[in-house]
Amino acid sequence: MHEKSRFVIEASGLTKKFGSLTAVNNIELRVPEGVIYGFLGPNGSGKSTTIRMLCGLLSPTSGSVQVLGLRVPEDVEKLKQRIGYMTQRFSLYDDLSVIENLQFMGEIYALPRRMRKERIHELMVRFNLEERANQRAGTLSGGQKQRLALAAATIHDPKLLLLDEPTSAVDPQNRRDFWEMLFSMAEQGTTILVSTHYMDEAERCHRLAILDQGELVADGSPKELAAAIAVQVIEVSASEPNRARAALHKVPEIFSITQLGMQLRVLIPRHIHAAEQLVIQSLQVSGVEAHVRTVQANLEDVFVAVTEKHHEGRAA
Amino acid sequence: MKSLTRLFAIMHKELLQILRDRLTFGMIVGVPLLQLTLFGFAINTDVRNLRAGVADEANTSLSREMIADMSSSQVVDFQYQVGSPLELGQLLDAGLISVGLHIPPDFDRRVQQNAGQAAQLLVDGTDPVIQGVARQLMTIPVSFDSQASARSVPLLELRNFYNPERRSAINVVPGLIGVILTMTMVLFTGLAIVRERERGNLELLINTPIKRTELMLGKILPYVVIGLIQVTIILLLGRFLFQVPIRGSLLDVFIVVLVFIATNLSLGLLISTAAQTQFQAMQIAFFFFLPSILLSGFMFPFHGMPLPAQYLAEILPLTHFVRLIRGVMLRGADLNLMLTDILALLLFLGVTLTMATLRFSKRLD
Repeated sequence: MHEKSRFVIEASGLTKKFGSLTAVNNIELRVPEGVIYGFLGPNGSGKSTTIRMLCGLLSPTSGSVQVLGLRVPEDVEKLKQRIGYMTQRFSLYDDLSVIENLQFMGEIYALPRRMRKERIHELMVRFNLEERANQRAGTLSGGQKQRLALAAATIHDPKLLLLDEPTSAVDPQNRRDFWEMLFSMAEQGTTILVSTHYMDEAERCHRLAILDQGELVADGSPKELAAAIAVQVIEVSASEPNRARAALHKVPEIFSITQLGMQLRVLIPRHIHAAEQLVIQSLQVSGVEAHVRTVQANLEDVFVAVTEKHHEGRAA
Repeated sequence: MKSLTRLFAIMHKELLQILRDRLTFGMIVGVPLLQLTLFGFAINTDVRNLRAGVADEANTSLSREMIADMSSSQVVDFQYQVGSPLELGQLLDAGLISVGLHIPPDFDRRVQQNAGQAAQLLVDGTDPVIQGVARQLMTIPVSFDSQASARSVPLLELRNFYNPERRSAINVVPGLIGVILTMTMVLFTGLAIVRERERGNLELLINTPIKRTELMLGKILPYVVIGLIQVTIILLLGRFLFQVPIRGSLLDVFIVVLVFIATNLSLGLLISTAAQTQFQAMQIAFFFFLPSILLSGFMFPFHGMPLPAQYLAEILPLTHFVRLIRGVMLRGADLNLMLTDILALLLFLGVTLTMATLRFSKRLD
């Protein structure tokens, strides 16, 4: 066997321009085999555009992409039998039943007839769709539609699964179930790339990349990202959080303040010494009573830190 | 083998969707039924019983005889008797009559002297058919010698080929096959792909191993069957409702129809690669549909049109189809005699299908 890349997806210098708008700017991406890799970013950050370039739906303005060892977009037709793709919107046929949709996809991927039947049965059991077999897809609930879409995207047992915001129209319980399914697929060796704008989902990924305004601003495992964060996080608990917030707003060293109920999460760059003291003093000067302590950074802090820094860099 | 599986998958899915979409299914059967009965019964180039008025200021036996002659032709029906040409004008303005006959007080003297016109026809010029009728009325002879006029022999003898009874349905039905196919086939395929684009199905499909040609063929073939069903309905109704004959061979009829169906379907596909929404596809289809009906020779005689219009009409598939189908059905002509029209359709088919396949991309940008 010739030497194969350890990475399922390798992209470098990936750029996509729509006219004068740069949707994706010079992204470097390496996705190892068998992991769940997350794309975290707000709407319009370039997540969908990147995924569409990875599966050859859009051709990059510049840069190179290799997926499962094949060059994209040149060899993309060979790739299509080996990847599964789930669009942001439900894109199966509303006027066909659950089983008809799966049969259709099975035929499109040209599974042998006998295998097709077994596979469809297996998928309907696994995704809990048996009772809905003859129901039209258009009348399914959000969670059921999403399970059907995932079943259809995996009918040909792809090595790589690309999911574009799969849980945006699904309630929390269904989201949890959905992630359980993703983990069991990843355990069986499927590599999964999933985009999201939910922090809790991003936190569950093995690795993730944070995208902002078309640029990849950070990547690594959630823990690595939190450890490498260039800010310290100070939690302020106050009975009058609005006054505390007003007092802290005047302090130039503070990077950002986020309110969570009665608490404020204050981010201060790591190079500032005695940050906790700084916060305590600032509050005392304004006569605000509060309890102040330094805490561990979470993914949300990472997200705020990297995207805000990114915006500052742009403005400068 | 895999290719066939995928092709059948698309066709099967398409058929399921057609059968489940009541509107589409209604159009398949409803459009031919409705159009055939409407056009068959309503379009009548043999004009009768136009509402007319007369202002007979002469009121002599000769003038009354002329009015009676005109009435007996059944072309006009004199519903209004008025005293002056002014009132005739008012009736025309009000839209109550289409033709007015004014006979002046000195009518007899004018006829006798044979000097210029003796009476006047006032005609509603907004309708071209009525003008034609007026010309017909002007040929009614008037003279004091009623015996002589009856004996007068027309210069030319008229022999009406292919439609001796002058039944409009015979002229209309064959062309109507083309009109109905143009309307439904272009629209069906035009919408078939755009609908998938609108609903997001296409983004999923182009991410599968399906090939462009498999997708295109899978979309077209079910509609070929539907087109043939429509034609069969029209031919049967035409035969039993309007006694429209098929003088050529039935095989020739279906060959011509098949080529024409394919032509329209590939045009629909081409439209679907240009339109982003179903509404746009509809607009483009109608942009094409209207000149087809007006210029193809279905409505008006082809050679009666100015040359530029004729050149334009030659680009439209319906023009060639109307010629072919009238030839085969009414004249019993051999297809070999009309090869140029068949070739024109095939050329159109080749060009549109190639363009549609080239334009359809498995990419989004």
